[in-house]
Parts: sequence; structure tokens; C-alpha cells
Amino acid sequence: MAQKVAITGNEAVALAMKQINPDVVAAYPITPQTEIVQIFSTYVNNGLIDTEFVTVESEHSAMSATVGAASAGARAMTATSANGLALMWEIVYIAASNRLPIVMPVVNRALSGPINIHCDHSDAMGARDSGWIQLWSENTQEAYDNMIQAVRLAENPNVQLPVMVCMDGFIISHAMENAEVLPDEVVREFIGDYTPQKTLLDKENPVTAGPLAFTDSYFEFKRAQAEAMIQAKPYVLEVAREYAKVSGREYGLFETYKLEDAEVGIVVLGSTAGTAKNVVDKLRGQGFKAGLLKPRVFRPFPAEELATALGHLKALAVMDRADSFNAFSGPLFAEITAAMYDSGAQTKIVNYIYGLGGRDVGLGDIEKVYGHLARIAESGKVDQRLNYLGVRE
Amino acid sequence: MAVKELLDRYTRMEKLPHIWCPGCGHGIILGSVLRAIQRQNLEPDKTTIVSGIGCSSRAPGYMKFDTLHTTHGRALAFATGVKLARPELNVIVLSGDGDCAAIGGNHLIHAARRNINLTTVVFNNSIYGMTSGQYSPLTPHKRFATTAPYGNVDHPFDLCQLVIAAGATYVARGTAYHTQMLIDLIAKGIERKGFSFIEVVTQCPTYYGRKNKLGSAIDMLNWQKEHGVPVKAAAKLPPEKMEGKFVIGELHCTQRPEYVEEYQRIIDRMERE
Ligand SMILES: Cc1ncc(C[n+]2csc(CCOP(=O)(O)OP(=O)(O)O)c2C)c(N)n1
Ligand code: SF4
Repeated sequence: MAQKVAITGNEAVALAMKQINPDVVAAYPITPQTEIVQIFSTYVNNGLIDTEFVTVESEHSAMSATVGAASAGARAMTATSANGLALMWEIVYIAASNRLPIVMPVVNRALSGPINIHCDHSDAMGARDSGWIQLWSENTQEAYDNMIQAVRLAENPNVQLPVMVCMDGFIISHAMENAEVLPDEVVREFIGDYTPQKTLLDKENPVTAGPLAFTDSYFEFKRAQAEAMIQAKPYVLEVAREYAKVSGREYGLFETYKLEDAEVGIVVLGSTAGTAKNVVDKLRGQGFKAGLLKPRVFRPFPAEELATALGHLKALAVMDRADSFNAFSGPLFAEITAAMYDSGAQTKIVNYIYGLGGRDVGLGDIEKVYGHLARIAESGKVDQRLNYLGVRE
Repeated sequence: MAVKELLDRYTRMEKLPHIWCPGCGHGIILGSVLRAIQRQNLEPDKTTIVSGIGCSSRAPGYMKFDTLHTTHGRALAFATGVKLARPELNVIVLSGDGDCAAIGGNHLIHAARRNINLTTVVFNNSIYGMTSGQYSPLTPHKRFATTAPYGNVDHPFDLCQLVIAAGATYVARGTAYHTQMLIDLIAKGIERKGFSFIEVVTQCPTYYGRKNKLGSAIDMLNWQKEHGVPVKAAAKLPPEKMEGKFVIGELHCTQRPEYVEEYQRIIDRMERE
């Protein structure tokens, strides 16, 4: 029987890791992720699972050890935040190009500098071109569910890609919420045993991982990697359908909220979607046709599906909790507008950069965005494409 | 100098209260660094303090100097850049045992090997304080940490021996208890040209103390008093009497060409040729 529990995001992710019982976890502490591996280590310590828990001297080593373990055929995991992810950078790319099905929770935190420990998405957004699948979570429940689905998705022989499970630092990681957790055996059965296709320990079929590939073959490897990401989308949905059978909770590429008949809408990732849903309800109560779309799968990027879901809107605000510093827009905006352009949609689109370094986003802030959209819908004109929400100018 | 004068001259009073826990030794070390700076009469405008990340690395935030708060483990790499660009600056590096011996260990041995004119003070509380008590490369064998619930399997570095072997020319160890000695050691480290390294054994009552049932901050300071043996006394003691104790004072003082000067020499030569 599934159980309702009061649990923080970090506790829920650590619990999911316990239920997954990976062969190897390599860990290095960084706020706000530390608790995940800390709690997980107590499970190891108390003999509840048989994971090899490796404490290393930096995140660079954590990802290296994870890649080593995964190459040897182990189900291997690590977790990190912000500068930790930045320090892993070199190996993050290698994990994807070596097609290792590693699952890594990323507790989103602002990248330095200046140093800050609070939530924004600059860490995971920085890794958006690294070849990892990215699943984003709105709350504790979704973080837990994404973790379990991530294992099955990553290890699917047709996918074989690493997965980041993103959740907002502190807002999700440290806040207690009600969530439903599955019994251990249900999770175990759902993820199944992992049978790696190739391992370094198979002496009958020796392989080499990561060898030199120059002008004659590098491009082909990269093309194959690109194809793996293109092909991954249906499996995200297949795993979600299977997961719905055991959990009763449905997941897709994204979630829409009162979007179908909306005239204006917001696209927002992570916990802010929860805040925005409240604003949608309030505005709907006033007869204002507001809607919302919350991406769950950012990699692979579901371009056509997004464009179809958003194309009827008169005005749309894409909210980015990270800046690209490209003098144009944030990362989510750039990709969504590209998708919309392709589809021929006439929607007017603006970008809002918000919540950097943990700057609080309240109902009033989101209302302001909808107010802006109402003006754009009426005039049919975008007055200002790039906007910064809740910052002192 | 009276305390008030010292504070007014060298600290950013507006940044107080500090973030450290009651009983933390980091404040004592900061006080000693400031007194050493004052004794050496360093001009604040000619002095740069560089740190990494950790409770210890927060210290420069309270210091009224040009300060550079860098990333975890990398203070020495940043400081090397500062010193090479502006050799006339006094560059002091403040770091934690995790910062400087784990994630940043590589930079430490190379700074020592180059014998670059920096003064490095390592706040050694035997633990990662800031991230809540994981063991560091300086956590003693069998001691407890949140990541060592059955006692630490690893054996710690002797950081002073490590940097001596790597080529540092001034190496000393002090404690948060022996503050007068600590001020002397840091002051001499600043005075010496070359890579000066001062390890300071200090207390983290919140994590290391609690995990190892070491009592209050005062108990931990008393432990430092009883277990830190000055170099001269240690030389006279038979090895069994030194069991569980550690040597404090100046451990190594020698001369080798200094990196920035050597570098300049090459530039000068090439300009002549
Ligand atoms: C790349 C990176 N990884 C991890 C962290 C998290 N982190 C901050 S301080 C710290 C350990 C600090 O320990 P130590 O240097 O011994 O200093 P103390 O806090 O004990 O004074 C860690 C792991 C970080 N800031 N950056
Ligand atoms: S956690 Fe330990 S090192 Fe950090 S401020 Fe508290 S006592 Fe000092």
C-alpha cells in the first residue's frame, strides 16, 4: 500500500534512492543537496541497503567515480547543486557521451558569483547542452516520482542516457509537504534489475570506453548521441504510463493548467508553477482567461508538443529562473520561441527573468506578469521582450 | 593596540554579527591574523586577503582589506594570480582543512613547490564545518563524523610535512589556544619571503566536538593546550610520550628562490637579450 507521509524534498529523494538501492553512490557535500546523501548514507550505515557509498574529495571525483562504476556495469548515482555541478562539468559530458544511465538529483541553486546558496536554475540550465535528460519537479511528490521514473528511463536499452532530476533548492528540498510514497517492493519491481549492455568487467567481450575519436569518427559518435536524445521522447511517455499504473499519478512531457481555453499564459518550471496556479485560479474567478504550462521534460525538448499546446494563446510569458546573459533572453524563452516560430503560431511572447539567487516570487509578482500579458493581448504588440521580475533597478 | 582600535582599523564592523557558532575557534584565528598583520605593520591598501569556501573562508568578509572570496578549494590558485599580477601586494590566504587539503589539495602542493610568496593560514578543525560535519583529509583515524559513523577508516595527512616535502620554505603549526604563539607564527610567516604555511588546530564544537563527545569549546581548547607540544619540548620527549600529541611552533624555515622573483628574472633577461 502506498503511504501518505509528511516529508521534505531531500528526504523524499533520499528515500527514493533507498528504494532504488543503487550499487554505487559517490558523494560530496554541498548545500542544499547535502542532506540527500547524508540521509542516504544513514540507510547504508544501518544496513538497510547494500550500496557501496564512496565519499570523495570533490564533485569532479564524485562524477568520475560514478562514471567509473557505471562503466563497470553498476547502477550508479550521485547528487549535487550549483558549483558542485559546475565542477563536475567535464565528466558530466562524458557520462552522456559514454551513454551511461546515471541518475543524478540536482537540487537547484544559484551559481557563484557572488556566492549564494538559494534557488535558481542557473546550475541545471548551464548543463542543458551536456546530453543529459532533464526532468523538472514542482514539489516533493514530483521529485520522488521523477527519481523512480528516471532510473527506468535511463536504463531503457533504447535510451541509455543519464538523467538529471531537478528540484528547487530549499523551496522543495527543505520544505515539508504531504507526499505519497510507494512500498519498497513496488519500486523494486518497477525499476527491475539492471542488465548493462556492455561493461568493462565482461572479459569475454572486452570493450574500451572513451577512446580517441578524431576527425574520422567523432562526428558519428555525436550524431548517434543526438539520435538517442531524439528517440528518447516516446520512452519518457512510456515510462510515465507504466508508472501511472503503479502509482495512480500521471505524468507527461509537461503539465497544463487551465490552458485549453486560455487567452494568455505563462510557462514556468519548478516550484513557481505552484504559486502561478493560485494566481490563475484567482484571475479565472475574475473572468480573466489565464492559463499555465509547466514543462517537466526539458531534455529532450518537446518542441512540437509545446507549440501545439501554446499556439492558440494571444500572449505568452516564458519565465526563466536563469539568465543566459546573451543580451537577448533566458534559455527557456529562446527555445520556446524557436518552437513557436516553427509552428507558425501568432502568439506574442515575452520573457521574464525571475527569482535569481532565491529572490522570492509572490502571487503579486505573477499577477503583474498576467497584467502585462493582458495589455499585450489587447494591443497585439510586445512593448518589451526582456523583463526582469522583482529586481531593484 | 587596544582591541577597539584593532577592530576599527582592520574589521568591517558593519558585517557583524559574524556567522560562526558560539565557541567556534575561527574567530580566535581571525583575531590572531589581524594582530599579526598589525605587528608586521602591513598597509591595508597593500594587502589582499584571499579565501575559498567554508566557515573559515568566511573570515575575509569581516576584514577591512581588499578581499577575494573565491570558490571551494581554489583560493591558492586565485592568490597565485593576484601575486603574479601585483607582486608588491602582501597576499594572505585563509582556508579550511577541507578547502585546502581535499578539494583544493592539488593547488596546495603546487603553491608550495613553486615557493610563491604567499602566507597561507589553514583553520584545521578536523571536519567540514559548513556542510555539517563530514570528515576531511585531516580528520584523525577512528574519529567520528557524519560520514564516518563507525569511525574514520582513512588516515589523515600531516599537512605540515606534506608542504615541507613539496617545497614550502616556512612551515609552522599553532592552535587556537596558544594565541600569543599563533600571532608570532603568522607574523613570521608574513615576514618570510616564499611560501609560508601555518596550520592552526582549532575547534568546531558544533560538529567535530559533538560527534566525538569532546565537550564544550573550553574543553576542546584545553585539549589543544594539553596535546600541543612545543617543538623544543617535543624534541626531548621519547616517542611514546608524544603518542596522541602533536608538535606546535616553527617546524621548518629555510630559503629557496621565490617564484615571482624568478619569473621576473626571466622577463628581465629576455628583455635584455
Ligand atoms: C564545488 C563546491 N563543492 C562543495 C561545496 C560545499 N562546501 C562548502 S564549504 C565545504 C567544506 C568546508 O570545510 P572546511 O574547508 O574544512 O572549512 P570549515 O567550514 O570547516 O571551516 C563544502 C564541501 C562548495 N561550496 N563548492
Ligand atoms: S560549524 Fe563548526 S566551524 Fe562552522 S562556525 Fe560552527 S563551530 Fe565553527
